[in-house]
Amino acid sequence: MSRARAPIGLGVRIDGVSKAYETREGEDLLALDRIDLEIRAGEFVAVVGPSGCGKSTLLSMLAGLIRATSGTIRIDGAPLTGPHPGAGVVFQSDHLLYWRTVLDNVLLPIEIKRRPLAGYAARAEELLAQVGLAGFSAKMPSELSGGMRQRVAICRALIQEPGLLLMDEPFGALDALTREQLIMDLQTMWLAVGNTVLFITHGIDEAIFLADRVIVMSPRPGRIDLDLAIDIPRPRRWKEIHENAAFLAAARKVREIFEAKGVLAAD
Amino acid sequence: MPKRRSFAQRALEPLAAPGLALLVLCAWQVAVPFFGLSEFVLPTPWQIAGRMVSDFPLLLSNGYVTLFEVLAGFACAIAGGVPTALAIFYSRPFERAVYPLLIALQTVPKIVLAPLLVLYMGYGWAPKIFLAFLIAYFPIVISTVVGLQTLEPGMVNLVRSMGASEAQTFWKIRLPAALPSIFGGFKVAIALAVIGAVIGEYVAAERGLGYLQLQANAKFDTTLNFASVVMVSLIGVLLYSAVMFFERRLVYRREAAH
Ligand SMILES: Nc1ncnc2c1ncn2[C@@H]1O[C@H](COP(=O)(O)OP(=O)(O)O)[C@@H](O)[C@H]1O
Ligand SMILES: [Mg+2]
Repeated sequence: MSRARAPIGLGVRIDGVSKAYETREGEDLLALDRIDLEIRAGEFVAVVGPSGCGKSTLLSMLAGLIRATSGTIRIDGAPLTGPHPGAGVVFQSDHLLYWRTVLDNVLLPIEIKRRPLAGYAARAEELLAQVGLAGFSAKMPSELSGGMRQRVAICRALIQEPGLLLMDEPFGALDALTREQLIMDLQTMWLAVGNTVLFITHGIDEAIFLADRVIVMSPRPGRIDLDLAIDIPRPRRWKEIHENAAFLAAARKVREIFEAKGVLAAD
Repeated sequence: MPKRRSFAQRALEPLAAPGLALLVLCAWQVAVPFFGLSEFVLPTPWQIAGRMVSDFPLLLSNGYVTLFEVLAGFACAIAGGVPTALAIFYSRPFERAVYPLLIALQTVPKIVLAPLLVLYMGYGWAPKIFLAFLIAYFPIVISTVVGLQTLEPGMVNLVRSMGASEAQTFWKIRLPAALPSIFGGFKVAIALAVIGAVIGEYVAAERGLGYLQLQANAKFDTTLNFASVVMVSLIGVLLYSAVMFFERRLVYRREAAH
């Protein structure tokens, strides 16, 4: 790959990480079972798996929101103990603050990190313009469509210049057309920025389209069933991808795993 | 098919409520002589208005007293209620110990304490302010607790992932999300505080609008009694509008833009 990358990507190393939750009845529920995963700096990794297999749990641990029951997570070699200043998170719901304008929503992490706001306002406008929201900075979130709101949420993560971008089914609640556009936007952004991305989804096609590597997880307790490298040159085009042989082969492999595990009915 | 409203309809609509009020007042004005009622049984609106002008200094000086009691009681209720709600929200043991009691106490009609308060606190300001406080306190506590709980856990995770401290979480998201509910509580509380102060005056007082009403009753001065009622109502409306004024400045409602 000959892509020029700014050195902002963070490397992630997950060693033997398990997570058990305590249920209401006081029993242990094993959500993740000894996960080992290494993500190189600047790599785009997508995780697919059935609902309830522990994808969000894995992401929450990387975001420093919950602790692993056992095992270690290292970011650029340093063990993770809480939210990492270089990580940005995008959730399935946009979680925009309805009492703030679009611009003030984008600037929220800057405010929280107590950086000088004045220096970032122009950058925020620039990010908004890149996702087609030029001129929307003074609008309130309630004036935007679902797709626009999620774009704002992505800008809010990007303004932190995250070396590690964590995305938990960010396009799961969007209609097909909006989703397609945002997938393309995300690819463009990532090609320009070159950060490390962990992208969680249950869409097999969007995982393969976006990622350098697709990780397939088994039903609970979550384990890694397959670690599949996707060698399709970039920029990839959504319209052409469904005719690409490498894409189709990868999709078939993922489906086979799901069928073997009973996640997808074989027909 | 959307209904088109004519120009006349649109022009008249804002006048509907004042128009109806005026109509009722006119009916009252006409009905009193029609049924041959004396002023002492039921004064006409015109007589009440006249009395409000002629006895304005009296009404105003007693109005100030009541207004002060209400404001002091309401201020104490905010000063006590909001911290109580914060303690309930942030401290599990405090919540377990206090919240069920507060909810149980809310159902007790605080008004019945008025004679006891006079017994313990005398005839001065204290029992009126305390009653206004007591009656306004509960809705403020409960609406503030409910407001603090409205935030979705996902929002908290979002700001925590940005490295927010507990204090930042409170000021940046939890408090703003709670404000609509808190102000809802304030609006209920201010109306109740007026009731508390006036009831306090009914039980034992030497000044205030409630006291003025009792004096008017003793002298069979029904017109002055009505004038006092109008005055109390004006205080209620004034204070409620003041709370709404601050609400408009401070609170952005989710629904507002729709
Ligand atoms: N806070 C929690 N307490 C108890 N169980 C949880 C909690 N969060 C998630 N789980 C359980 O852990 C499993 C994995 O959840 P999650 O990571 O959200 O899965 P996914 O994102 O893949 O759908 C599920 O069975 C879920 O019910
Ligand atoms: Mg999930």
